[in-house]
Amino acid sequence: MNIAYSTELICFLILSAVIVSGSLAVVLLENIVYSAFLLGGVFMAVAGLYLLLNASFVAAAQILVYVGAVNVLILFAIMLVNNKEKLKPIKGLKTRKFISGGVCGGLLILLLRVSITTKWNLPGPTSIGEEATERIGEHLFTDYLLPFELASILLLMAMIGAIVLARRDVSIPPAYINDLNNQKSLSDKKIPLLSENTIK
Amino acid sequence: MNSGIDLEMSFTQGVQNLGLSHELAHLLWIPLPMLLVLVSAVIGVLVTVWLERKISAAAQQRIGPEYAGALGILQPMADGLKLLVKEDIIPARADSVLFTVGPILVLVPVILSWLIVPFGQNLLISNVGIGIFLWIALSSIQPIGLLMSGYSSNNKYSLLGGLRAAAQSISYEIPLALAVLAIVMMSNSLSTVDIVEQQNTAGILSWNIWRQPVGFIIFWICALAECERLPFDLPEAEEELVAGYQTEYSGMKFALFYLAGYINLVLSALLVSVLYLGGWGFPISIDWFSSLIGLSIDNPLVQIIAASLGIVMTILKAYLLVFLAILLRWTTPRVRIDQLLDLGWKFLLPISLVNLLVTASLKLAFPMTFGG
Repeated sequence: MNIAYSTELICFLILSAVIVSGSLAVVLLENIVYSAFLLGGVFMAVAGLYLLLNASFVAAAQILVYVGAVNVLILFAIMLVNNKEKLKPIKGLKTRKFISGGVCGGLLILLLRVSITTKWNLPGPTSIGEEATERIGEHLFTDYLLPFELASILLLMAMIGAIVLARRDVSIPPAYINDLNNQKSLSDKKIPLLSENTIK
Repeated sequence: MNSGIDLEMSFTQGVQNLGLSHELAHLLWIPLPMLLVLVSAVIGVLVTVWLERKISAAAQQRIGPEYAGALGILQPMADGLKLLVKEDIIPARADSVLFTVGPILVLVPVILSWLIVPFGQNLLISNVGIGIFLWIALSSIQPIGLLMSGYSSNNKYSLLGGLRAAAQSISYEIPLALAVLAIVMMSNSLSTVDIVEQQNTAGILSWNIWRQPVGFIIFWICALAECERLPFDLPEAEEELVAGYQTEYSGMKFALFYLAGYINLVLSALLVSVLYLGGWGFPISIDWFSSLIGLSIDNPLVQIIAASLGIVMTILKAYLLVFLAILLRWTTPRVRIDQLLDLGWKFLLPISLVNLLVTASLKLAFPMTFGG
């Protein structure tokens, strides 16, 4: 057992402990803000696992996409809603928790069984290390071109939908419109921040 | 091509000669460059703080720090010591865990990004293949720390400042990444060492700034916005938000934000010099110069001079850019938040996309000059 191997083993154990306990905490914690921050931690630990597998490009992409974009988006959404407001109590919460716990436990047992009974081809294929970036690019633009483009169309659709939802014209009550008749939406920047009405 | 001085090789050789195993020698080597870079980052910050004080004073026709050391050169040390001994306050109804973790999450990615800054052929901590992409990925962690500290301070100014900071750094990350992508496309590599080497074929004429002038400007604007420097210091706009996400912080935790900001500034300047200004390259090609005076490039003397010249050149270029940033800070007014977002999304993003497209087509048309 040399130094490199034992370091790898220690890193793996720490990372998996972080992932397992972190994701349990994401689900079980009452405070939604803690859950969101912990989710970021879990994503980073997964990136660490990719690094251990010598897939540095995938690790960096994981951090960029999941931590830098997805998790920040979730945090934005949480911070823009009022967290002081108490949530309404849900009827039969105990039984719901029990059922979902049962489903998750069953799924866990199923996956464990699959992973134990499958004959893994060990040792797996050797990693190509730094060459991986080029290889990924090649695959994305040749044999995986269609899924790649379809994913971008899906994202485009989601983006257009979000813009349509967010761009609802805000109507101004008639009392506030005197000399501003020609303006329909608040995003029209001609509205002065301190109109004469507000000064009165 | 692996010429140049390899300190790691000589160190491990030296330790192995003392009778230690190869692995142990490697283990002993690992912390050394990290420590060196950490120290140089902090010293870089001290120098930048001093420059900031002196240049701002000159811009406002004051003298600036004068009594702490010659020309006030010890003033940043005094600042740091003051922050070190200040009381560490956590506001009564703040979330103490998140309040403490926030500044750390802001600082650590910035220091980690120094991993990829090359000061010479072999003078960087690790020549990771994903190089510059690692920096982009790491800098996307920062907004989480900002949101965390803004949220946990239990203060409306902090929350607004944190949200603004995160929004700003997300919006400017995209044109920044696209500008870097154009460079990567030209040099066929993500590694910072390859990017610099590709620029050092003909001295100053082969620097990327001539082939990517638009990209250079986009990158510089976005880097300033990422560092939250004026004219883009919206997250801590004093008149509107007191001090943004830093409002409730004091003592060492505030110092972490302060340090992260300045380390990020120096790092951005270093990366601009690596990506666009030829990194450690001298304006005149060293190969040509050494052949002129009749010495081989493999001559140890030439190697040592070239290596030290490389470090000096990198730092010189970076500090010229830092000077520019400081001058910009003290001479330009702050933009409004809607102007900031307009500039990012409606101007820089389309321009950087066009820049990428033009670079790709130029690369196809002139593979010789634009890296085939």
